[in-house]
Amino acid sequence: MNIHLLLQMASETMGNREALVCGETRLTFQELSEMAKTVAAKVGEGEKLAYLAEAEPVFPAALFGAALAGTQFVPLNYRLSEAQLKAQMKRITPAKLIGEKSISIQGIQPISASEILVGIPSERDASDEDGGVAVELFTSGTTGEPKSAILRHSNLMAYIFGTVEFMSAEEDEATLLTVPPYHIAGIAGVLSSTYAGRRMVQLPNFTAEAWIKLAKDEAVTNAFLVPTMLQRIVDTAEDSLDLPALRNIAYGGGKMPRSTIETAMRLLPHVNFTNAYGLTETSATICMLGPEDHRAAYESHDPAIQRRLGSAGRAIPSIELKVRSDEGELCGPEETGLVWVRGDQVSGEYKGMGSQLDSEGWFLTKDRGFLDAEGYLFIDGRADDVIVRGGENISPGEIEDVLRQHDGVKDVAAIAVTDTEWGEAVGLAIVCTSEVSDEDICGLVRSKLRSSRVPSVIKRMDELPYNETGKILRRVIRDSFAD
Amino acid sequence: MGQIYKPGTKLSSTVCKTQIMALRVPAQELIISCGGAPMQIGDPPELGEMQGENSGTLVGKRYTDADETMEFLCTRGGEGTVSVEGYVIDIKAAKKLPSSD
Repeated sequence: MNIHLLLQMASETMGNREALVCGETRLTFQELSEMAKTVAAKVGEGEKLAYLAEAEPVFPAALFGAALAGTQFVPLNYRLSEAQLKAQMKRITPAKLIGEKSISIQGIQPISASEILVGIPSERDASDEDGGVAVELFTSGTTGEPKSAILRHSNLMAYIFGTVEFMSAEEDEATLLTVPPYHIAGIAGVLSSTYAGRRMVQLPNFTAEAWIKLAKDEAVTNAFLVPTMLQRIVDTAEDSLDLPALRNIAYGGGKMPRSTIETAMRLLPHVNFTNAYGLTETSATICMLGPEDHRAAYESHDPAIQRRLGSAGRAIPSIELKVRSDEGELCGPEETGLVWVRGDQVSGEYKGMGSQLDSEGWFLTKDRGFLDAEGYLFIDGRADDVIVRGGENISPGEIEDVLRQHDGVKDVAAIAVTDTEWGEAVGLAIVCTSEVSDEDICGLVRSKLRSSRVPSVIKRMDELPYNETGKILRRVIRDSFAD
Repeated sequence: MGQIYKPGTKLSSTVCKTQIMALRVPAQELIISCGGAPMQIGDPPELGEMQGENSGTLVGKRYTDADETMEFLCTRGGEGTVSVEGYVIDIKAAKKLPSSD
């Protein structure tokens, strides 16, 4: 199998349909297919195709073009520091790198978007090699070096075949894509829209104002948003949102505050909302809370139904899902444990580490949660301690490392605190030996990392709690913040 | 003579434009035909005559047998009807899911 087939079928069957809109650029599926072939012709034997830019027309062309050339597409996070990017680049050589940033190392050959789109299109057929890798995505790296998740053609195709019907979009449908290319939802959005025949409208730099304007100008019918984006849109809209063409909003990538989704449903009563829960390692969505579930929860007076607005929904038909205790026992309804999933779209594989699936094909998501009696999944949090701020995964370790370098800091732990705007934000428990002001702490984090890493709450402690084997007890710290 | 197919294998009709891809197949020898003639892996050099009654294939539709032991995706539509071991395979009803991305 090869994901290029999705674009091939779209261009053969609905070649004249509009495929992509970005600023002044408008492309049909036929034109997008030619672009992908041109990109494929530029990739050398044995080279990967890396991508370090925002979502532009060259992004879908590169995703499908890499597949046609029989190589991996490796999107990189343009928000990382130069040192972090260079470390990731070292792990993917040899590669061509599409991007405008002038970072380069040996084995990485930079090429601009305009250069790679000029030339003679490849005439080759896509390789159907068994087990071929389509995409490598770097995870946020919770305990150290970021891991590189491997997504095979067969995983991504299983996701598409399990969730999308070919050419199921009406000719007037358009989806507004705002998620960056290095996020699994950014990849899945291109694959699904292409197979459904739905026009993709790209918005590279998200602002609520730009989103609303573009949704109106392009008569957008569908959109995917992370919770923080939806929060910004409802804040900007104040009391009314005039988007008559809009029919479906899917959201995911982090915990949605109840107040945000309720406000959005009130402002857009004609829109169908779907919560999509998934991970990079599962090729995107594995659970959905559909529009009917949303309306039932919104209108119900039964607390068991009402709370489903905070649920990740039920497993999609092509996925099996179980909650097991830490000891591996199957949990009953309402019993919190670890979430395990199984299905053809689940890769559960990292480069250099092999498959993490158990002997029966189950994958541990590392999310904790429980199922209600009807199979609705409620996520309690990450089993590891990643802070998910506005869909962005933040590793506590990187913040702690920076602060530990300060002479006056004896010990420090970063944990997730609940935040209305971002879902979660950084809480900091800190032990200081000399006077270190909150301003100093925040300034240090901002200068060494990024503003999203700056703690929103700082708590002074005499010492941090540890267990007998010297492991820090983050849960205890989290609980002390909740008090 | 039948052949054992695996998921991902693409087959072309030798009498029309139809192409299908195996999504799920039992691990046993099968004869897969379209328009009355065996299908082949890869592009056929030239098209032959169609045999029997044919209602055609539709691109993007999934085809399955009565017991749903196998599933094929039609990647290019044509005039021939696909059969496995002499039994016609039919369009599988799709479960409509909301758009999630």
